[in-house]
Amino acid sequence: MKNLEKNTSFFENLITLFEENKNKISKNDTKKISEVRKAAIEKLSKSSLPALKDEKWRETDLSKTLSKNYNYYFDAKEDNAKIGKTFKCVVPQLDSLSFTFVNGWNTFESELITLEDGIIIGSFSDAMKKYPEIVEQHFDKIFQSEQDFFSLLNTSYAQDGFFIYVPDNVNAKKSIQIVNIINNDENIFLQTRNIVIIGKNSKLSLIHCHDSVNQKNSFTNGVSEIFLDENSSIDYYKLQNLNNESTLLNHTNFYQKSNSNVSTNSISLNGGLIRNETFVEIDGEGCASNVYGLFLMDEKQHIDNQVFIDHKKPNCSSSELFKGILDDNASGVFNGHVLVRKDSQKTQAFQSNKNILLMDTAKINTKPFLEIYADDVKCSHGATVGQLDNEALFYLRSRGISENNARMLLLYAFAAEVINKISIEPLKNRIDDMVKKRLRGELSICEQCVLHCGTPEKEIDFQIDLSRI
Amino acid sequence: MLLNIKNLHVSINDKEIISGLNLGINYGEVHAIMGPNGTGKSTLAAAISGKPGYEVTKGEIIYKGKNIIGMSPEEISWEGIFLGFQYPVEIPGVSITNFLRAALNEHREHQGLKPLTGSEFLAKLNEKKKLVEIQSKLTNRSVNEGFSGGEKKKNEIFQMAMLDPILSILDETDSGLDIDALRIVANGVNKLRSEDNAFLLITHYQRLLDYIVPDFVHVLYNGRIVKSGGKELALFLEEKGYNWIKEELIDL
Repeated sequence: MKNLEKNTSFFENLITLFEENKNKISKNDTKKISEVRKAAIEKLSKSSLPALKDEKWRETDLSKTLSKNYNYYFDAKEDNAKIGKTFKCVVPQLDSLSFTFVNGWNTFESELITLEDGIIIGSFSDAMKKYPEIVEQHFDKIFQSEQDFFSLLNTSYAQDGFFIYVPDNVNAKKSIQIVNIINNDENIFLQTRNIVIIGKNSKLSLIHCHDSVNQKNSFTNGVSEIFLDENSSIDYYKLQNLNNESTLLNHTNFYQKSNSNVSTNSISLNGGLIRNETFVEIDGEGCASNVYGLFLMDEKQHIDNQVFIDHKKPNCSSSELFKGILDDNASGVFNGHVLVRKDSQKTQAFQSNKNILLMDTAKINTKPFLEIYADDVKCSHGATVGQLDNEALFYLRSRGISENNARMLLLYAFAAEVINKISIEPLKNRIDDMVKKRLRGELSICEQCVLHCGTPEKEIDFQIDLSRI
Repeated sequence: MLLNIKNLHVSINDKEIISGLNLGINYGEVHAIMGPNGTGKSTLAAAISGKPGYEVTKGEIIYKGKNIIGMSPEEISWEGIFLGFQYPVEIPGVSITNFLRAALNEHREHQGLKPLTGSEFLAKLNEKKKLVEIQSKLTNRSVNEGFSGGEKKKNEIFQMAMLDPILSILDETDSGLDIDALRIVANGVNKLRSEDNAFLLITHYQRLLDYIVPDFVHVLYNGRIVKSGGKELALFLEEKGYNWIKEELIDL
């Protein structure tokens, strides 16, 4: 356990630091991966930190995040495993396998495990040792051309993360839940690198939670690469509930072969600054890609959802739905970009971003964007920004529903459209409860993790929408 | 007297719409307010219901002996006043059952009663559904979402039946209804009509009053009641239109 650098100069001395810690960073690397890292650090040395003048960062100001001091660890702390054990997160009635990371490091008792059906799960670092070829084939493969500063930083530095390999013809019975917990006594910058590979005709549900335990500053830079072979599918849910001093940058890159399905849903409940970048590369016919998101931000929180869907092949469909409720001085960005290439005929692409601003001081910048080069496609996009509907509010109140409850009912109804896209029933119910709690102002970052780890499940009493008759 | 409105003046954005209106309603009575468009009929309904933005600048609305001006819409609802909307609002994502259960339980809480259990609620729901001849499908849907005009109005009467109000104000409930829906809506009102409640029907046409026979008919013009009479006044209006009122007023 060593704390090697302790100030902003981390971002100023990236190249030197990398040289100094090369042996640690590359401890588990294969030769090939070492080379990829070297190439990334070289590119990094030629690029600069994102700033407001950059087109893609115009509405998301990182200066506050970057002005803070962070510790960066090149080794896992010894007590991580202990902390990890206390976070057994349970979604009631959900049959899942849970894996916990503390401060970016895995806390697994064993190295890679192989489930009955052949699914391999473990840490990225162990996977490099045990399955070097598979990792080499998939590490840093998606969206080479789109790599920005933080992707490059992740590629060059990240040492740990999760690795999931689903062989061909496996329909994973259990959902896999990855919990990233930040629990450090001091400010921390951390990076994780995740790889998910889904074989032909296989299916996986993945739940990925980001939680903070205390109110310390943290900065997470995560990159996930998810590969879908022919006729495979993934349901990927992200649950983000971090403190107001946290920054989460989160790249998720999907690569789809023919007839594969991606469905991903990011539920952002709390966080100082969250930026979800979702890239989908559709490289086969007959694919479906659904990218959904819900964000409920208040105080000075900032949320940024960037989606880029690249329709490289014909006969595919993509659908985006992002809904947000912003209160107080919260701010948000939606930037959806769908590219339909020249030969991608019969593409169907839909984009929608709807927002409710509860205060004049809250704001959202939304930019749905279609870039179409094929001539036989069906595409649409739209965005709305509004307040609560006063007519609907009066209608509910005139029936005897008090103002607060009426507001909450309307906000919940607004959010429910995204929640209802969750296809795992127990998870849907859990998120449903959490969203209600959040709207009631009762959801803070939990004492333990966001899913109420270790505490007996309590039925959440929500007066308005309690019944499913 | 159940409702006693005295010298009521109501403004919207500083423009006076109701100008010195007087109206008294007793238990067991059905009153109809008729009049040309834009004379303040809906404004009166909204003002009694406490709709924000409807400013009472003068006068009193005494309901069950209490001035209800300044009370919130929900408080007015708890007191037993129901407003059937001319244009019921679509609320996607809110199911009718959840909405009604929430409303009903807030009423009960106000009355010091325990919330209804799921089965009690269901029983009540089914009973009232029959009364308004509603197919079971309706209740599984979001409030008014995708409803036809007739379904929306039936749903208003259904909600009225569920909430069991003392004073029901039905704002142009008959507009946009075909004859079958009109009959169903009217039947609902007639079944609920009793010595312990009262109705204020706001309507443009006499047609509804063929089905719901009023005790009193009032003509609203320029924010005031200019003529009151029995049910025969409605027939007279139907025949003569509203122009004679204007002329009569000029004569005065």
